[in-house]
Amino acid sequence: MSLLDIENLAVQFRSSEGVIKALRGVDMTVNPGETVAVVGESGSGKSVTALSVLQLLPAQAHYTSGSIRFGGQELLHAKRNVLRGVRGGRIGMVFQEPMSSLNPLHTVEQQISETLTLHQGLSKRAARERALSLLGRVRLPNPERRLSAYPHQLSGGQRQRVMIAMALANEPELLIADEPTTALDVTVQAQILDLLRELQKDTGMALMLITHDLGIVRHTAEQVYVMTRGEVVEHGPSARIFSAPEHPYTRKLLAAEPSGTSTPLNADAKTLLKADDLKVWFPVQRGVLRRIVGHVKAVDGVSITVREGQTLGIVGESGSGKTTLGLALLQLVPSRGDVTFRGHDLQRARRGDLRRLRKELQVVFQDPYSSLSPRLTAFEIVEEGLRVHQPGDPYAARRERVAQALLEVGLEPRMMDRYPHEFSGGQRQRLAIARAIVLKPRLIILDEPTSALDMTIQAQIIGLLRDLQQQHGLAYIFISHDLRVVRALANDILVMKDGVVLEAGPAQRIFDAPQHEYTRALLAASLISGTTS
Amino acid sequence: MSPDFSEVQGSVQDAATPVIQPEGDVTSGAALGAGVPAAPRLSLAGRRWGNFRANRRAYVSLWIFMVLFALTLPAELVANDKPLLVRYNGALYFPVFKGYAETTFGGDFESEADYRDPFVQELIKEGGWLLWPPVRFSFDTVNYDLDRPSPAPPSRQNLLGTDDQARDVLARVLYGFRVSILFALILTTLSSAVGIAAGAVQGYFGGWVDLGFQRFIEIWGGIPTLYLLIILSSLVRTTFWVLLGFLLLFSWMGLVGLVRAEVLRARNFDFVRAARALGVSNTGIMLRHVLPNALVATLTFLPFTLVGAVGILASLDFLGFGFPGGAPSLGELLNQGKRNLQAPWLGLTGFFVLSVMLSLLVFIGEGVRDAFDVRKTFGGSR
Repeated sequence: MSLLDIENLAVQFRSSEGVIKALRGVDMTVNPGETVAVVGESGSGKSVTALSVLQLLPAQAHYTSGSIRFGGQELLHAKRNVLRGVRGGRIGMVFQEPMSSLNPLHTVEQQISETLTLHQGLSKRAARERALSLLGRVRLPNPERRLSAYPHQLSGGQRQRVMIAMALANEPELLIADEPTTALDVTVQAQILDLLRELQKDTGMALMLITHDLGIVRHTAEQVYVMTRGEVVEHGPSARIFSAPEHPYTRKLLAAEPSGTSTPLNADAKTLLKADDLKVWFPVQRGVLRRIVGHVKAVDGVSITVREGQTLGIVGESGSGKTTLGLALLQLVPSRGDVTFRGHDLQRARRGDLRRLRKELQVVFQDPYSSLSPRLTAFEIVEEGLRVHQPGDPYAARRERVAQALLEVGLEPRMMDRYPHEFSGGQRQRLAIARAIVLKPRLIILDEPTSALDMTIQAQIIGLLRDLQQQHGLAYIFISHDLRVVRALANDILVMKDGVVLEAGPAQRIFDAPQHEYTRALLAASLISGTTS
Repeated sequence: MSPDFSEVQGSVQDAATPVIQPEGDVTSGAALGAGVPAAPRLSLAGRRWGNFRANRRAYVSLWIFMVLFALTLPAELVANDKPLLVRYNGALYFPVFKGYAETTFGGDFESEADYRDPFVQELIKEGGWLLWPPVRFSFDTVNYDLDRPSPAPPSRQNLLGTDDQARDVLARVLYGFRVSILFALILTTLSSAVGIAAGAVQGYFGGWVDLGFQRFIEIWGGIPTLYLLIILSSLVRTTFWVLLGFLLLFSWMGLVGLVRAEVLRARNFDFVRAARALGVSNTGIMLRHVLPNALVATLTFLPFTLVGAVGILASLDFLGFGFPGGAPSLGELLNQGKRNLQAPWLGLTGFFVLSVMLSLLVFIGEGVRDAFDVRKTFGGSR
């Protein structure tokens, strides 16, 4: 008998301006002890499905049809006290963002024992004991000391372990994990996934894994449900889905894996940008007199060289200083050391000279939502650089240049009078790229340009970047935490950790024969989540 | 809990605004243009106006307010002791705009004609006609025809009665309403301009500029305004502009903190970084990227600053430190109501006019605040 049975579930969101059908008749079954993965891109309805099980959707949601039976009991429209017994009791849930899923004002002990006293009526002392053993089970180092810690004193991975401990507290029969590793660094991701697998083996609970990452699915799931636009388009055993996908959408999703390799480099390509012993130290000040007691060394003595048409990949986890390095090269944060761009010393350039050089040195940021001013139209956004560098151009000429740039990035010129909020995430990133290339730069610094995007869109953006590079002979500095993406573009790779370069060299060499231990760990972790392994 | 609603909220908000998320790039290879369906194309302003209109209470309040404002703005044409138009011996006269001697109409005196004098009215009617405004009193017209001592209760002649100097209350309310609103509008505009500029400078440059400015504001804000005003009013005649200028000296500080914080925040936005990477100058970034962001917060604040300014003027007038005696003012009307409890129409009129005006402004303000709410305008897409 199955543990969870979802039948023909349809959910609508109603608002004053219309109805959105979030789910259109979803069927799903989870058997005891089984790992079921629900895969889909943003907006596919996978999280709505997960939240429906526990009836956690906001009030605008209306269930128009279907049933959700858990162990034979109907959960849809169930009474509140029934649901309370199930939530956190027989069904545990782990959320994506460990930062905001924990109450910042409660200690780890308070967070875990809350659910224990609620569901099992344990005394404070017994709850503490149980919390300790749970923390041990999720492999949190030093559990005694961690009990009195507040969430901000834990790292992202540790917080996610605490979340898992909370979800496991009442020995659930089903654990729903909604993108449990998306917000974590790759090496931590691998550890959390291992942990989930082990726990599942020990307790025999069923695991419902909501994710967009096919690599995770392949490595953990037995059954896979592929969702798009509120429908399950295909489901079946994991091995079958990956070896013989039937639905076109599944095939498209599988093909979206970043692939291809870098464009080979001319041997006599000239040096474009050279940084020597670059340091970005943020002073730490203490006391009344604000004495400098030390420095946070965000970037500590990094030297790089980029040649014409080359793609330099900078890889590192969060806090490695890779983004700060990019900003320092752009002269957007103060730094020490030498930066020369086409023979010009950027560090000591006068303001006017620097402004002229900026034309050839552009940047694309990670988040296409925050990198476009919401108050300007697409035309105004792309045109901004032209206004600075070719102020004499007539309006018609600028519109022409903008239209060309939009065409190059695969957007329709007639969209240029729209505002950013009228574009999708991928289109916004195209817009940000158009803003960079309209000035015909030599070098573009790409700071995680694909990590905020869905899989299929990621692949498209990478394809676009490669095309642009071939057409214009652009050089890229590609900053990313995702080795798979870097592999698809970079000629050379720089591995950073804690502000220093651990290893640098040609991409092929780094992937085939990593020298440094950390690089090996990174590589192993990212291959776990890679479908190509 | 919250992060996982993000997707859910995403879809809700997609519904709330005609945004185009769902298909996006999934299909864009095949149909780049068609990926964005022909949703109703609205500019930001249009979207906000739509949001504002959706708020019935604010929308109706705005209409009522606009009608009242439009009625009182030309108060001289609505309530005056001179006729709007006089036709005398084939010629047209405009007494509201120009003074005519009584002799013009065949009277005895060289001085300006007193059109309220029945004798003058008779003279004019012999050779033509007069067109009176709806209310035949100006704010300072003393009604000598009262059949009882002032303050006189409402009658057909004085719809809201007269005050203790036999002046028509309705006329005074019309003029007082206008002066309150104009005073508040000008004060709000000027103090917002100063406040935004000060806040923007502090936030954008930071460091010592910020630190010094903040200390200055702390000291400046500690000065007891009311006592300074009492001293001022004994030294100079507190006309409209003197009072405005004086209040402006202290009222600009309210916005500074808000704008400073907004600018500090906006300084670190990726799009500001991108603009710097494009080589846009400091002034350019401030005007094009930073200030428009701070403006939303400011605009949200404006209606409430406006309400505050109306309140300050009324309370100063009530205390007798506002406009010089005889000027029409709601605060002075309230003060008369307090002194003449036997004439409740004074206090009641003042109370109702002020409370209706302030309520309307607050309702409109709420509507504006909601209309500018980023979550509504941008459909939650950050």
